[in-house]
Amino acid sequence: MLTKIFSFTRAMHSNPFSWQTFFRYNFDVQLVDGTDASIRRFLKELPGVDQVGAEARAAMLATRSIKTASKKWAIDCAISMIDLTTLEGSDTDGKVRALCTKAVHPDPTDPSVPSVGAICVYNDKVATARKHLDSIGGQAIPVAAVSTAFPSGRASLEVKKQDTLDALNNGATEIDMVIDRGAFLSGDLVKVFTEIVYIKELCGDRAHLKVILETGELVTLDNVRKASHLAMAAGADFIKTSTGKISPAATAPVVLVMLEAVRDWYAMTGIRIGVKPAGGIRTTKDAIKQLVLVRETAGEEWLTPKLFRIGASALLNDLLMQRMKLRNGNYAGPNYVTLD
Amino acid sequence: MTFEYSPAPESTAIVDISAQYGLFINGKFVAAKGSKTFNTINPATEKVLAKIAYAHASDVDKAVISARNAYSKVWSKMAPQERGKYLFRIARIMQERAREFAVLETIDNGKPIRETRDIDVPLAAAHFFYHAGWADKLKYAGAGDNPRPHGVVGQIIPWNFPLLMLAWKVAPALATGNTVVLKPAETTPLTALLFAEVCQQAGLPAGVVNIVTGDGATGSALVNHPDVDKIAFTGSTGVGKGIARAIAGTGKSATLELGGKGANIVFDDSPIDQTVEGIVNGIFFNQGHVCCAGSRLLVQENVHDELIEKLKRRISQIRVGDPLDKNTDLGAINSAAQLARIKEISSSGDSEGAHRWSPECNLPEKGFWYPPTIFTGVTQANRIAQEEIFGPVLSVLTFRTPQEAIDKANNTPYGLSAGIWTEKGSRILWAAKQLKAGVIWANTFNKFDPASPFGGYKESGWGREGGRHGLSAYLKGGEK
Repeated sequence: MLTKIFSFTRAMHSNPFSWQTFFRYNFDVQLVDGTDASIRRFLKELPGVDQVGAEARAAMLATRSIKTASKKWAIDCAISMIDLTTLEGSDTDGKVRALCTKAVHPDPTDPSVPSVGAICVYNDKVATARKHLDSIGGQAIPVAAVSTAFPSGRASLEVKKQDTLDALNNGATEIDMVIDRGAFLSGDLVKVFTEIVYIKELCGDRAHLKVILETGELVTLDNVRKASHLAMAAGADFIKTSTGKISPAATAPVVLVMLEAVRDWYAMTGIRIGVKPAGGIRTTKDAIKQLVLVRETAGEEWLTPKLFRIGASALLNDLLMQRMKLRNGNYAGPNYVTLD
Repeated sequence: MTFEYSPAPESTAIVDISAQYGLFINGKFVAAKGSKTFNTINPATEKVLAKIAYAHASDVDKAVISARNAYSKVWSKMAPQERGKYLFRIARIMQERAREFAVLETIDNGKPIRETRDIDVPLAAAHFFYHAGWADKLKYAGAGDNPRPHGVVGQIIPWNFPLLMLAWKVAPALATGNTVVLKPAETTPLTALLFAEVCQQAGLPAGVVNIVTGDGATGSALVNHPDVDKIAFTGSTGVGKGIARAIAGTGKSATLELGGKGANIVFDDSPIDQTVEGIVNGIFFNQGHVCCAGSRLLVQENVHDELIEKLKRRISQIRVGDPLDKNTDLGAINSAAQLARIKEISSSGDSEGAHRWSPECNLPEKGFWYPPTIFTGVTQANRIAQEEIFGPVLSVLTFRTPQEAIDKANNTPYGLSAGIWTEKGSRILWAAKQLKAGVIWANTFNKFDPASPFGGYKESGWGREGGRHGLSAYLKGGEK
């Protein structure tokens, strides 16, 4: 079975017009051929992460003081990177439409505010979101669907595939899948790997694949680094910290380690993989700290919505309030931004 | 569009620098005998900050007399828990005035505000808190059942951590019942003089702490003063040897914290990203003006290229410039003389065949600056592998086996600090046992704590500071 998967993966990856894809194809062949032994060997080669040191580095970067012009730039940059998210059992079409409207024009009084990076919903709300965005001038804003039995990932592969197909057929162009943390923790790395490969195969050219590691359940930073590399080797376009349903979520040391992983992956393969912290980023300060982490870890090249997203809902309003404050010199308060 | 950090300077409004400072003797600021003064400048701008009184031998004599009086009449008679209260009070005032100390230290020394704010000042206060707790528990300090102070202690401190070194010296001396005559470094006297104000504010009895400003001759007068019972010195090995010669046969005891050429040893199984951080912290912390700096990087040859590539990338991120900017990582070199010394030794690296690398960085025109620099291809025979540069210059050497790493690390007249980077716990223990260094860090570097003794082997010094070991250096044991 694995041979079949991998011949397919290779076919998918071996677009002759892209040297980067070609490189990745070769890389897969060399290091990870999908067998348990090859995955283990690949992950074992990774250097360890010293937790104390990683925490210290993240804490030091959190002391960066971002003021005036750089703050203004960072606020707009953060807005454009938000995956504006609603993932509740109580989500309705009305709620999703409201979110989409906000995504296109976050501040109706100020057209200079950029649109957000994407809308992120459950798969049954994808069609509503896509349709509404298209009808209000938000054609450029992608709709992301959480998938593969989000948030727990506890379902059969068939169900996960169907979940993803549903989302794709409804117009999702980004798929946020969860990895099987149980399999990862029990050492069944092949299962984690092949699930990602299958979902990537379904996404094909239709959608970008974000792989949610749920770092709050992986716990150690060594696991975060391993899972990051595993996901990238299996075809992730983005690695994402969390579902937002588990705490802790996107802590600074976790994001640091994931940014180091994509930086190292780029050095190895020439391919830039994106990073998406999600969960717990609620204030402008939090968001700016994330951007500082990106700038000083992966580098400036990652400071684009193509390579960095922030999964959030409440964050947007705080960014808008801080933006107003920079513009007007005073803090307007929560009633001057819209509630959705 | 790029994410450039806008300037984020710390305000200097909180500090109030006088045009001129006297000596602090017997609880008061007094004029020195002569009219001689010297300037202290801001090394980042070369602007003169203040005129400082120059203490001649006769001024030192007055300070020692004041300390002796305070010792015999007040401080040695005071109940230990009362002494402790003064120390607690000083510690609290230092915390309350932390920002003032941090800004002043940055202006006078050139080190970044991030470090003075997050490291120097909090650690200095921590030293007072720690030793305050010891004041009434000295029987457990390791100097026997009958621990007694020496009397008057002469203390000479360097310019690299002016306030922190003051705290390392003054806190244990006072906790153990000694009185102090302190000479701060010529280029960085201001925080010591602010500390004098704190002593006044805390109501510390007059004469318990005396501060005399001056140069090497002032220090020499203090060392040679017949009524000084103990010398505590932090500074260069050359001056330390001179002090040892001067006090030989006098009955004065001494603690000397001298130079170093710390080896930072990286094994091939190290956690590489944190290792890179540790190397950067080891050599670029405080512009490399650190006696325990990890100035010799010993890398296992099979990971050398990967590590150096990552290290260069990381060093390119270091922000060099205005020390008062909250985002500055590397500040100004403390003085023109030190800059000249760094340039001189570093140029020997070039002429002896090592490969120099520095990132692109725009250094300010005024002030004293040196870019973060690494030399690869260094051998043990190079001057830059042997001599203390005391600047942001790292020498990279390689080794093939663990034993070779230890042998090279120990192959130096110094023995102050060493670092070990490996994920293998047993190798940490094995290496630490064999390294001849007073302080050994594993998977970290340049971490300090008042409870942890600090000091060197060989030409790096005598005795320990901090912890119980440091405390006992200020006590005499045995029968009364």
